[in-house]
Amino acid sequence: MAEVEKQLPLSPQDGSRGECGEERPNGGTAVGVAEPAPPSAGSPVTEEPAEDTKKKIDVLLKAVGDTPIMKNKKWAVERTRTIQGLIDFIKKFLKLVASEQLFIYVNQSFAPSPDQEVGTLYECFGSDGKLVLHYCKSQAWG
Amino acid sequence: MTDDKDVLRDVWFGRIPTCFMLYQDEITEREAEPYYLLLPRISYLTLVTDKVKKHFQKVMRQEDVTEIWFEYEGTPLKWHFPIGLLFDLHASNTALPWNITVHFKNFPEKDLLHCPSKDVIEAHFMACVKEADALKHKSQVINEMQKKDHKQLWMGLQNDKFDQFWAINRKLMEYPPEDSGFRYIPFRIYQVTTERPFIQKLFRPVAANGQLNTLGDLLKEVCPAAITPEDGEKKNQVMVHGIEPMLETPIQWLSEHMSYPDNFLHISIIPQPTD
Repeated sequence: MAEVEKQLPLSPQDGSRGECGEERPNGGTAVGVAEPAPPSAGSPVTEEPAEDTKKKIDVLLKAVGDTPIMKNKKWAVERTRTIQGLIDFIKKFLKLVASEQLFIYVNQSFAPSPDQEVGTLYECFGSDGKLVLHYCKSQAWG
Repeated sequence: MTDDKDVLRDVWFGRIPTCFMLYQDEITEREAEPYYLLLPRISYLTLVTDKVKKHFQKVMRQEDVTEIWFEYEGTPLKWHFPIGLLFDLHASNTALPWNITVHFKNFPEKDLLHCPSKDVIEAHFMACVKEADALKHKSQVINEMQKKDHKQLWMGLQNDKFDQFWAINRKLMEYPPEDSGFRYIPFRIYQVTTERPFIQKLFRPVAANGQLNTLGDLLKEVCPAAITPEDGEKKNQVMVHGIEPMLETPIQWLSEHMSYPDNFLHISIIPQPTD
């Protein structure tokens, strides 16, 4: 886990990717809880930008329900990091006890299996240069 | 010519003769006989091995029985991969029956997910179906279904009921008549030679010029190393459900007919046997 924390939190200096058009100010400020996004949000991107070589991807972590939010929502994550690795990180960050469960959802619809790589999910379900993941202490979506 | 629908049945009823043997270091009170079973390719190991577990528990002390796990020639077998995929990936071109070793100790935490109950398998299966539909229909078909339809998919698989499963699953295989296929093809490509779990990318069934994309087109784009060069020697086999489909096969047809019940095409790239 140590190596994740080193490159986290992602700071606004990561303005290197010009191709994404949209550049968001760093989500360093604690903004509200789980913003309910429209159900159509996060459909697969039509065109894959030529950033395959970029080692890390931007992941936006959003809390659902009464799950604690993270001060910093936007993180740079290695492509090869697994969902389990991400779950462990979030649990540690939120100081959840090991026995507490944490679920991660893509598109607010399915929970990828723990051994799935974040980079693969980004390629299939990322949009606007980032992958939006929702996390929750209980099962949020079937 | 056979009806394409027959392919669905052939895929559904594919079986692998398997011999389960208890790992030599497990402590038993008397000798453990091997246990033979025909494993459904489309199912999951922990879903169809209750009898195997019971069989070996009979000769073991209660306190030595913990979570069961399976291994083939040193490789822990992931229960959350369909059985047919596990066989194609690890045991193609070997003699049958497939010899699987059964363990109750030293669970390989690094390699395997825990499977404490059938609910966990159901959750994994439904998550895959949902992910597939996110690719195929932006989740529209799966979201329009009722809870009982989701349950019927799962029960159909669990109880090996082809008609029950396909009564619902056919809806997941539909697409608007004005399109020539799904939005994207849900596929995963596995190789034993790499560390990565699998390749999964966005791939459309129809090319920009209107031509149907084929299995060969898919490989060329996402896994070119798997393809035999024009003048080269064939180095790999591309396996789905134990066969090597022609690379000219339209990927949309393969997706509709040779996907596993989780709605993914699970494709294994394995080294060509040298004999």
